Amino acid sequence: MTASARPLTPPPTTANGPWAWLRANLFSSIGNTILTVIAGWIVYQVAHGVIGWAFVNATFEGEDGGACTRENAGACWPFVSAWFGQFMYGRYPDAERWRVNLTYALALAGLVPLMVPRIPGKLWSSLYVLGVFPILATILLAGGVFGLPDVPTDSWGGLLVTLVISSVGIAAAFPIGILLALGRRSEMPIVRWASVGFIEFVRGVPLITVLFMSSVMLPLFLPNGWTIDKLVRALIMVALFSAAYLAEVIRGGLQAIPRGQFEAADALGLSYPHKMGLIILPQALKLVIPGIVNTLIGLFKDTSLVLIIGIFDLLGMVQAALSAQRWLSPATPMTGYVFAGFVFWIFCFGMSRYSLMLERRLAPGGQRTIAKAAYD
Amino acid sequence: MTTTSRGSFEDGTASRSPLYRPEVRQVIYQVLLLLALGYLVYWVVNNVADNLRRQNIASGFDFLNRTSGFDVSQTLIPYSNTSTYGRAFWVGLLNTLLVAGLGIVFATVLGFVIGIARLSSNWLVARLAGAYVEIVRNLPLLLQLFFWYFAVLKTLPSPRQSYVLPGGAFFNVRGLYLPMPVPEMGFSRVAAAFWAALILSIGIGWWARRRQRVTGQRFRVLRTVLVLVVGMPLFAYFTSGQPLSWSYPELRGFNFQGGIVVLPELLALLFGLSFYTASFIAEIVRAGILGVPKGQTEAAQALGLTNRQSLRLVIVPQAARIIIPPLTSQYLNLTKNSSLAVAIGYPDFVNVFTGTVLNQTGQAIEVILVTMAVFLLLSLLTSIFMNWFNRRMALVER
Repeated sequence: MTASARPLTPPPTTANGPWAWLRANLFSSIGNTILTVIAGWIVYQVAHGVIGWAFVNATFEGEDGGACTRENAGACWPFVSAWFGQFMYGRYPDAERWRVNLTYALALAGLVPLMVPRIPGKLWSSLYVLGVFPILATILLAGGVFGLPDVPTDSWGGLLVTLVISSVGIAAAFPIGILLALGRRSEMPIVRWASVGFIEFVRGVPLITVLFMSSVMLPLFLPNGWTIDKLVRALIMVALFSAAYLAEVIRGGLQAIPRGQFEAADALGLSYPHKMGLIILPQALKLVIPGIVNTLIGLFKDTSLVLIIGIFDLLGMVQAALSAQRWLSPATPMTGYVFAGFVFWIFCFGMSRYSLMLERRLAPGGQRTIAKAAYD
Repeated sequence: MTTTSRGSFEDGTASRSPLYRPEVRQVIYQVLLLLALGYLVYWVVNNVADNLRRQNIASGFDFLNRTSGFDVSQTLIPYSNTSTYGRAFWVGLLNTLLVAGLGIVFATVLGFVIGIARLSSNWLVARLAGAYVEIVRNLPLLLQLFFWYFAVLKTLPSPRQSYVLPGGAFFNVRGLYLPMPVPEMGFSRVAAAFWAALILSIGIGWWARRRQRVTGQRFRVLRTVLVLVVGMPLFAYFTSGQPLSWSYPELRGFNFQGGIVVLPELLALLFGLSFYTASFIAEIVRAGILGVPKGQTEAAQALGLTNRQSLRLVIVPQAARIIIPPLTSQYLNLTKNSSLAVAIGYPDFVNVFTGTVLNQTGQAIEVILVTMAVFLLLSLLTSIFMNWFNRRMALVER
């Protein structure tokens, strides 16, 4: 008996390999094939249009809108490069822009250790981000002390203002939101009704009316002669607005904590602040991280509304640039909005991916999140 | 210290000082909060009164009866610059409701298509839908509105070079010009037939449900109702001599006459709101469908239901329970977001009333209060609907 190895039969091509994948995922039936063809056509059209607009027909060099005015003109990139400084910093003086960059660097120095799970020392980095950094940032950006020239908030603009409003907004909204959420679940009727009233009122009206209120009603509310900086006014309103939405998200987390946790904390004799701060909130906040990040993304997108009350955030700056005579051309508006959209999208998409990552890390063992299950 | 019914331990602490008793503390906290809020209100009201006196602004709602003196580019009810501010309020509110209603319809249709496409077994279709959601959801709505208005609709050709659409419609920088149906003598019979069919359908639905409960026999309600609602008005239309003509838009000089024009502002707002909200609705629909356990499909198959029956009787009712509450809040969001109309000049409620009327009259307090009240009323109505729906749909557990 001799055993001779027979050559291995290749796996059937219909069950394995790229052809089988195509068959199973794209051409499994006549209906599916039609769908694939339609979707493929859409992809082709969009890709063709985007590449043609952004590269093939685009203008890369020029001094004014005239360079971009012609039949079938694509993107007008020199417009973006000419205005790039204003898009990023607004009318912040050229000589002082290093202060903004330094602030960004300081923020990154705190945020990176805070956000990357592997880096230890979360307590120190959060102390830095919440305690030290705001003071440094205020000094650097506003100036007026330590020999730094004063830069009034009127000349802040562009992405800088977008980032300032959203980061200060979220930092201020967070504690207020937690207090409101706790207040809404309080046993004290007056505290509860005050919280419910505030939350439901704010959630019931659009942000734009709240901003209108800040510009026309707030001056009437204050004693004669008191004025509040326009940017600060918008900041307060954005923070209060987001706080109401955050409060509802956090309330969802509080409701999901089993009664036993509250009772156990009571049994240990913990005071209310200890019970909430050490037992309940850490669990509740962890549960609602996706909701919190969604609110954060919403807040970031909503900062663009401040242009309606005359603050030049990134979108407002683009809008202002588009009305400049020099760059007037049919291709300019699309270019400006695509650029602004790209910047907004990077931030929002980054935040949503980061929250997905956290969600997976923090999910108790064995549980899958919906977002994960969708791809299974 | 007479009675605390909780035993000696509490009495022991209470004897130190009543301040240590939670009940006493709660009262103190609440009194303090009330005092603080009361003082804040007093301070604000005082300041407002003082400021108004200084600026010579009379408070009250009398201004609603004064002549407005401004024009509005789109009015659903008769309005001119000799109408009152009160009339302008209604014009704006109706415009908001128009854009919100249309936006809700488009966003729902698009959202459901994309949400279902995202769960498709077809790889390309699922990815395409996913890309749509990830791109549109992560861009500010205001940016999308600007994009549609300034970058797309405002760069369309002038009326003389309009795009000609099939069916006698034209599309140019001044908007979308559509043929308008003009009812003639006898059209009321068609309308009457439609209403009669609607009432009849409701009756049939009620009768069919009752019969099924009693005898178990099913009646094809949907088919019958469709035939009735479409057929009866059509029958009336042809028997009464086709009492409907069309007014077509025609180029006269530099602009179109006749037909009906959809303003570019309205179109941009509709595009922006519909595409943006659809991306959120798609996610809600996806989560709703994924939220129905696979066992339910399998159980329906085991019972011998056909695919369509299991979808209609088992899957959709359960998915609806998950989908409808967040869907309603998206509708409310869309309505609130329609206030961004002010940025592109669509004459919605906020633009007309909170913008122009406030600027002209200077009645900041009254106008803002009315604005807030309108939106709060809308969200109150929505939450009443949600509560009713939740009660109706809540699982009846045995």
